[in-house]
Amino acid sequence: MPKTDINQIKNEFIENYKKIKQRVTICGDSGCLAQGSQKVYEAFNEESRKFGVNACVEITSSCYENSTYVVKSGCQGFCTQGPLVNVGGILYTNVKAEDVPEITEKTLVKGEIVERLLYLDPKTKKTCRGIEDIPFYQKQQRILLADCGKINPEDINEYIANGGYQGLMKSLKMGPDGVIAEVKTSGLRGRGGGGFPTGLKWELARKSKGNEKYMICNADEGDPGAYMDRSLLEGNPHTVIEGMIIAGLAIGAGKGIFYIRAEYPLAAKKVQKGIEYCHKLGLLGKNIMGSGFGYDLEIRYGAGAFVCGEETALMASIEGNRGMPRPKPPFPSEKGLWGKPSAINNVETLACIPYILDKGGKWYASMGVEKSAGTKVFAMTGKSKNSGLIEVAMGTTVKDIVYEIGGGPLKGDEVKADQTGGPSGGVINKENKTMPITYESLQKIGSIMGSGGFIVMDETDCMVDIAKFYLDFCVDESCGKCAPCRIGGYQMLDILKKITDGKAELEDLDKLQNVATAMQKASLCGLGQTAPNPVLSTLRYFRNEYEEHINNKHCPTGRCSKLINFNILKEKCVGCGACKRACPVGAIGGEVRSVHSIDLQKCIKCGQCFTACKFNAVRRG
Amino acid sequence: MLENDNASTHNLDAIIDKWKDVKGSLVMMLHAVQNEYGYVPREAAMRISQRAGIHLAKIYEVLTFYHFFKLNAPAKYQISVCTGTACYLKGADNVIKELEHELGLKAGETTSDGKFSVAALRCLGCCVLAPVMTINGKIYGQVKPADIPSILREVSKGEE
Repeated sequence: MPKTDINQIKNEFIENYKKIKQRVTICGDSGCLAQGSQKVYEAFNEESRKFGVNACVEITSSCYENSTYVVKSGCQGFCTQGPLVNVGGILYTNVKAEDVPEITEKTLVKGEIVERLLYLDPKTKKTCRGIEDIPFYQKQQRILLADCGKINPEDINEYIANGGYQGLMKSLKMGPDGVIAEVKTSGLRGRGGGGFPTGLKWELARKSKGNEKYMICNADEGDPGAYMDRSLLEGNPHTVIEGMIIAGLAIGAGKGIFYIRAEYPLAAKKVQKGIEYCHKLGLLGKNIMGSGFGYDLEIRYGAGAFVCGEETALMASIEGNRGMPRPKPPFPSEKGLWGKPSAINNVETLACIPYILDKGGKWYASMGVEKSAGTKVFAMTGKSKNSGLIEVAMGTTVKDIVYEIGGGPLKGDEVKADQTGGPSGGVINKENKTMPITYESLQKIGSIMGSGGFIVMDETDCMVDIAKFYLDFCVDESCGKCAPCRIGGYQMLDILKKITDGKAELEDLDKLQNVATAMQKASLCGLGQTAPNPVLSTLRYFRNEYEEHINNKHCPTGRCSKLINFNILKEKCVGCGACKRACPVGAIGGEVRSVHSIDLQKCIKCGQCFTACKFNAVRRG
Repeated sequence: MLENDNASTHNLDAIIDKWKDVKGSLVMMLHAVQNEYGYVPREAAMRISQRAGIHLAKIYEVLTFYHFFKLNAPAKYQISVCTGTACYLKGADNVIKELEHELGLKAGETTSDGKFSVAALRCLGCCVLAPVMTINGKIYGQVKPADIPSILREVSKGEE
């Protein structure tokens, strides 16, 4: 059994790193990769050779003096501006492979800045040199994301050099009770949605009788529009691995299991690699660092079932069965995986653990607000100017998130609503925009913290349609075991379809409310209990929109296609034919330079003519 | 099909043997099989049943529960449209409609020549590029319905 000296690894890395003259960090997260960052990475390696810049791809003792370290990182956060490339603190945005020769020549060789690739702050019209100048980053408090996007996720030594595995070392000295006490002091609550106090969860599992216990990491991130867990696993897998080892120590488990979504192969690969390195260093195995604590980690794949986010369903899936939940109690802390005491935590929760153990529970509790300590990572997407991965202190206001970090709405001045908690959550309307984000405040307005999806919506988004979208998702994902969820969801969706088809009556809203309440109370698991939330929340804040659909058979946003028609305004049409060419079903007729018209029998209301017309001659209503 | 293909059967047996004694490994085994064939053929399911001693009904019980597992051979070009929230808000449904119209099928189906399939996919997590679609894993971002015909042409052209 190897027993490694963590501090020695740290010092060696720091010594080797001194040889590096500069570092080029290219974002290698799935989002930036999709925008072409792999080509940018390859171009840097090639151009460095051409310009005689000694490029090194790994920090070892054999690195050349004054070399340039070219490396891919995890998500750097500012996804709208990707691919992102950080050269010694200078952040280049929207970098294409074609830009690389110029960056190499100017920045790497001469130390000059390529102004045109810097981020331009739309408010001040000034270019920003690095992340400290960019408003998107200024209001954030990046703890978990501090190293994600900076370090090389595949180099355990760099993680160690940045303070990694110090938390584990301290935990091994403190022992399980000390660890649990520290986590309790931190006030950390589950980041997967429920907000259950983590320290308490571990204590319950620890106190359960039995020699065989399991620690499980829920990385089956299924919330549509959320990718925090994937980014953490891809960008800094060792925080989660270290969190899993400490958690295993705390509850007395001999084995930990990563349950990773099969759609995230890159994340699984990085975790697998991380586990292998830990074995080599003796951070996993029969006798971790000579402490007597034996623990191993294993990866199991999810297979695309949202219900497996529910802990008992997840355990059924690991056992090789259909991922269907069972009634609680008994809770997993007493009877979990294979009937043995188990604890399940979400990726982000576990990523907090090494920091808490290294810096102390009190330090963690000093961030955020009283009952919601620490920070929260959100994937901000939708209709805000800036989208990306953000981390804010708990208690930050919605307004700060949307307007300061998100830069406000893409179009117009005001955001219509924000959605948190995905299919289990609800909307935050304009009137609540000054609200600080905490577990309690969100619950009070009918939403939940959820795993961290944060969707910004504008005036063109129909609230009835959004409710229908989320409910449709839950109906599709319902496992069918309990009647309230299986039948209730279907019936609610039926009513929503009637509303968006213009066939509903006002009393249908009462039915909707009744079924929703019954489903919340009677469903077996979290999926069914929370599935009505998007409907109830939009009904609460946007009832007028529902009523407009029902009473006037009109969708104010024009989103519900059954309630709209497209017409061509004679006085505005110049007969250019753009709409005719755009129409996929040949519903538009008319000669060139004469007024066109739409055959409403053929029209499928796709709206392409509306988008194609440059003269505002197509009317939607 | 598997019976005629010794190499293929050999791989399948290796997969089954790797997992059959691991507790609760049916899902992992099916992942490995799908990785090998692109879907889980009935013959493969039967082979698992025989070799690992799992009831065929149990295998199908699991297979049909999870969205990820496919029971039919994949099309040559598998088109998936992300229907995560960000993509939905930015018009993923119109992208699907246009694909259905262009290829003359419904989402979830394959063209009769086995060339194209269209499926709605759960969130891919590159919301910045919404609406997103993938063809055999290659990501197309900010797709407009009007771009679809030319994308399909381009894909078909690469073939000739």
